[in-house]
Formats: sequence, structure tokens, C-alpha cells
Amino acid sequence: MLIKRRSFTKGLGLGLAAGALPLLGRTASASDFKAGYIYVGPIGDHGWSYQHDQGRLAADKALGITSTYVEKVPEGADAERVIRELAETGHGIIFTTSFGFMDPTLKVARDYPEVKFEHATGYKRADNLATYNIRFYEARYIQGVIAGRMSKSGVVGYIGSIPIPEVIMGMNAFILGMRSVNPQGRIKQVFINSWYDPGKEADAAKALLDQGADIIAQHTDSPAPLQVAEERGLKGFGQASDMIKFAPNAQLTSAVDFWDGYYTERTKAAMEGTWQSHDVWGGLKSGMLHMAPYLNMPDDVKQMAMAAEADIRDGKLTIFKGPINAQDGSPKVAAGETLDDGAIAGMDWLAEGVEGDLPN
Amino acid sequence: MVRGWPMHLEIVARGERSKLWTYLSPVLAIVLTLVTAAILFLLLGKDPMTALKVMWLDPLLTKRGFAELFVKGAPLVLIAVGLALGFRANVWNIGAEGQFIMGAIFASGVALAFHDVTAWPVWLAMIPAGILGGAFWGAIPAFLKLRFNANEILTSLMLTYVATLILLYLVVGPWKDPEGYGFPQSRMFGDSANSPRVIPGTRIHVGVFAALAVVGIGWFVLSKSLLGFKLKVLGHAPRAAAYAGFSTGQLTWLSLLVGGGLAGLAGMFEVAGPIGQLTPALPTGYGFTAIIVAFLGRLHPVGVLFGGLVLALSYLGGEKAQILLGLPAAVTKINQGILLFYLLACDLFIRYRLRLVVPGRKAA
Repeated sequence: MLIKRRSFTKGLGLGLAAGALPLLGRTASASDFKAGYIYVGPIGDHGWSYQHDQGRLAADKALGITSTYVEKVPEGADAERVIRELAETGHGIIFTTSFGFMDPTLKVARDYPEVKFEHATGYKRADNLATYNIRFYEARYIQGVIAGRMSKSGVVGYIGSIPIPEVIMGMNAFILGMRSVNPQGRIKQVFINSWYDPGKEADAAKALLDQGADIIAQHTDSPAPLQVAEERGLKGFGQASDMIKFAPNAQLTSAVDFWDGYYTERTKAAMEGTWQSHDVWGGLKSGMLHMAPYLNMPDDVKQMAMAAEADIRDGKLTIFKGPINAQDGSPKVAAGETLDDGAIAGMDWLAEGVEGDLPN
Repeated sequence: MVRGWPMHLEIVARGERSKLWTYLSPVLAIVLTLVTAAILFLLLGKDPMTALKVMWLDPLLTKRGFAELFVKGAPLVLIAVGLALGFRANVWNIGAEGQFIMGAIFASGVALAFHDVTAWPVWLAMIPAGILGGAFWGAIPAFLKLRFNANEILTSLMLTYVATLILLYLVVGPWKDPEGYGFPQSRMFGDSANSPRVIPGTRIHVGVFAALAVVGIGWFVLSKSLLGFKLKVLGHAPRAAAYAGFSTGQLTWLSLLVGGGLAGLAGMFEVAGPIGQLTPALPTGYGFTAIIVAFLGRLHPVGVLFGGLVLALSYLGGEKAQILLGLPAAVTKINQGILLFYLLACDLFIRYRLRLVVPGRKAA
């Protein structure tokens, strides 16, 4: 019965879309179901927001609907207005794709119990508010392994955004991966207090390279740091999407966020009425995280990276497994002990090998 | 008037400044912006009339949308009224953004210190705290200007960056939500620290009415009081003001304290309600946008009210255009940019005219 109704609306939608004027293409969508997305950055950031938009387009295509997005939404008082606007204009499911949208999403979700909300990277949930995130740190570990082999100076320059657990766990996973092949490996880090600021990102990259780093890793969204590495003939890692076209000779690999499947599945569930609130934290195994092709490195390094990737995917390799020392060398995780998801999600300490304090 | 130049245009001051056109200039600028935007929409393949309606009319058609216009406009108006008073006296406070942040910080300090107190005086105490924070941040450039003759444009602007860093320090350090998994933001304020919502079903809060009251007070001060007269004289003819014995120092203090205090008040209302916590995402450029608002409103409180609403509408309309027409977010900034461009152009041509200079002919 459900399926029948869906195929009916799908057929009707296609007819409408074909006949509609170009202007009405957005308002009279290809189905009576509407999905909405809000992004913190411009979809042209080629990183975080771009990748979410790729997921949106894939879900639209798979389900035959036309969704709405609003880009560059500030994380303060404006977010609530935009989310409310989407809820008010008949969107059945709304994806809010940045941490700072958490409380505004929760506020609006309370007022619209019939609308399904999905908040990326947050921790507040409700019956109609689910959360989802990717285990980006898995990719950082693999990058660390590559850097451990590729860096001549043994120093990686790491550009951090904001010192939240998400970023800290990535930095720690990176140094654990790096030290698994080069026990002397070190990270020099800079936090720029922004997720997207190409100018600042490039300046930070230059400063880190001037201080002796010969590989750049970043937890910011623009390709600017990678472009600096390219200019100087050094190497680096992309962020969120495959940035190879910005740095054809510099990018070793990149963590690629892959929201396509998740957005398709959740929108479909909302359309069919089977949607339920949950908390998903998917990694390489779930297909939410991909690695861009391993390039610009010798074959044996590539083999090593692929082996690490396979081991993480198969569960043979656990990243946050003791012994792990804290920055000052004191034991943090005892041998044989493994950090659970709660401890990882609240990580506020740096591991041995990362230099410099967290901004405080 | 360089000798040997080919035929060229010169900008010449008009004799009498038309009062009527001074006030019509923003209206003309808005009309020209709409025309230009329509052409832009046409080039983007959208029906211009529909697009204009979506951007400039649709946000006003629902009760909630109409309310949001005032919620978005209130901080702009509060800040711009204060700036307008100062600009009239040639005190160029460019750092309202920083004063806004400091007001929010002081007010948040009260909210967090009395987090467990569930009585409305908490909210009431946040109001003077916000004003104090902003005024304190405005007092620094005033002091530096009068004591060391430091340019307030530079000092107030640079203090904005200092305020941003203080904000970051607080939310990463001492004021970080203890249950927030290390995320850099304060805990959510208690209900007693949030501005009462006035109209059910909307986000209209007391701050909106405060903004309207400030417009009224600003108008009264400017047109009915000796202080307003002093401000005007100082702005138009500083030497005449000096002869009349008006103290520049006094007016500088006043401009920056009032401007800072109102920006601080705006910051307080922004955290105590629409946001409900101190976050690094607090500064979104209200203090800078308010400069446009002040000039759009002809440095007059009532004009500022309209200017603030027009700018607020451009934000809401930009979002509508994204949702309904699939236009990019840049449409908001482009419209604001075009508006400012036309406003400056209109002002220029009201004060000056173009003259064609042909070489060899004696200038008239």
C-alpha cells in the first residue's frame, strides 16, 4: 500500500516536473515530499558543506524529489529562524549540518513534532531529532601512517579549527598512526578558531612549514593549505572531499565524507513513515567515510595505507587502544584498555607527540 | 585641473544642498537597487517580478515572518541610533561590533553567575550589565582619543578583535559548559535569564520594544534638546562649536559611551533570548551592518528605524530566495552591496554635479 502510494506520487511528480515552468521547478517539487538542508558554509567551499550538498543531490536523484538548501547560515540567532522557515514551509525532514545548529534545531524540533530533524555532529536528541556523524578519526590514523613514512623531518604541521573533541580526537589519531611507523614523529599545531577562512588557513600552513614541518594536515574546510603545500613542492592531506584538482602533486589522500547513502536512507524512511530517532556514528565500515585515491607516494607506502584502511574497516585495528601516553608522557590509556565511544566523543587531552597547548 | 588633459568630466560642488533630496536619496537608492536586482534575476533565468516579490514582499506576509523582521532589525536599530548620534558629532566609532560583544559578555556573566536563581530579577540585572559592558568598551577609544589623540576609527576597530578574543577565551576556558563535551560554548541560560516573549507564536521579545523606545528617545534628544543641537553644530561646523564653548571632549565621551552602551544593550538582548547562551558564533557583523543602517537612515533615529528594517528584510528575503527560488546565499550580500553603492552615488550627485571640461575652452 505504501509502495503503491509512493510510486503514484513519483509518477505524478515526474509529470509535474516536466510540465512545470522553470521558475516553479523549486516550489512544485518532483514529489509532494520535501527535504530541507542547512549548511554553515557556502556549497562552494569544496569541503564540508560541498560534501553535504553532494549527499543531498544524490538523495534527490535516488528518490526522485527536489530538496531545498540554505547555505552560509550563521550559527547564532539566525539559525533558528531558517530552520523554522523550513519547518513552516512543509519540509518533512530537515538536516542541519553543523555543530552550532544543535540548540536551535532542538528548539524548533519541540515546536514541530510531525517534522523529522537530523543534526550532524551534535549530542542532543529527541523523538523527532536524530544525530549522525562520521568517525573521521579513522581517516586521520591512516593519514598519520602515510605521514610517518613520507615526512623527512618527522614533523607534520597540523591546522586545527576549534579545539573541540572532534578535532582533538583527529589530531590524536593522526599522531598514533604516525608513531606506529615513526616513533619520533611529531605534530606542530595551530588553531585558527574558524572552520573556513582560506586566508588564515594559508597563513597557518606557511607558518608551520617555515617551522620545519614538511607535510600539512588540516581540520579546516578550504583547499588553501593544500595549495600552499603544492606551491612549495611539499605534501599534504585534503579535508572532507577529494581536493586532488587543487593540488595534483601534493595531495597524498583525503578523507571523503560520504553522506549520499545516509541522506537517501533517512529521507526515504521519513517518506515511508518508518523514520525513527537514533544516533549514528559511522566510519569506513559503514561506507560513510571514504579515502581518496592514494597518490604521490611510493608503492610500499600506498600498500601500507591500504592495509591500515582494511584493518580498520574489518575491526582488526582499534585506534584508541592502550598504551597511549598523554602529551607530558604520563600514561593516559593503560595497555590492553580501549576507549569507548563516550570517552572518544569527549576527548579533551592531547597525546604524546603533539606539541603545543590547546588554546585556553 | 591639470593642463593638457583631454576632454573629461569634473565633479563640482552644488551651491545649495537640497533638504528634500537628502531625504529622498535613500528612497531613490532603494528603487535603483530593485531595478538592478530585477535585471540580475533576469540574467539568472528567474522571472524578475516573482523574484522581487519573494525577496522583498514574501517575508512580510506571515505573522511569524513579520515578527522576525523586527527580531532581526532590533539589534541593528539599537546600535545604529547610537552610532548616528556619534557620527553627527564627527566621532567615528567603527567598533560597535566589539561593544556589542562586550555587552553580551557582561550580560552572560550575570546570567551564568546566577544560573540557579529562577527569578526574573536575573534578567533585569542583565540589562545594566550589558549597557555597562558596551559603554566600557566604548570608553577606551574615547579616553585614548582625548588623552593621546589616538584615532578612534583605528582604536575602536582594533578593540573589536580584542573583544572577539576575550569571547573565545571565556567559552573555551572558564565559562565552558561543564556538561558540553568540551565544546566551546557556555551552558544554556536558565529561563529567568531570557527576555520575556511578548507575542505568543513569535520570537518578538522585550528588546524589540526597547529598540523602538530608543528610536523615540533618540529623536527627542536630537531634535528637542540642547545636546542634540550641540551635536549638530559640532558635526557641521566644529569651529563654530568651539567659539560657542561646546566641549569636544564632553561630546566625544558622550558619543562613545552612548554608542557603546546601546551596542552593549543590543548584545545583551541577543544572548538573552534569540541565542540563550554565549557562543563563539555570537558576532555576525551587526556592528558593521549598523554603520550602513545609520547612513541609510540619514543619521536620524526615525530614518535608522526604517534603514534597520530594510537591511533586516534583505537578510530574510535572501533566505526566502534560497528556499523558494534556489538562488545562492550571495544574493543577500549582493543586494546589500548594490544598495550601499547607490546610496553613496545618490548622495554624491545630490551634493555635487558633473561638468564636462573641454580643453581650450575657458572654464566657466
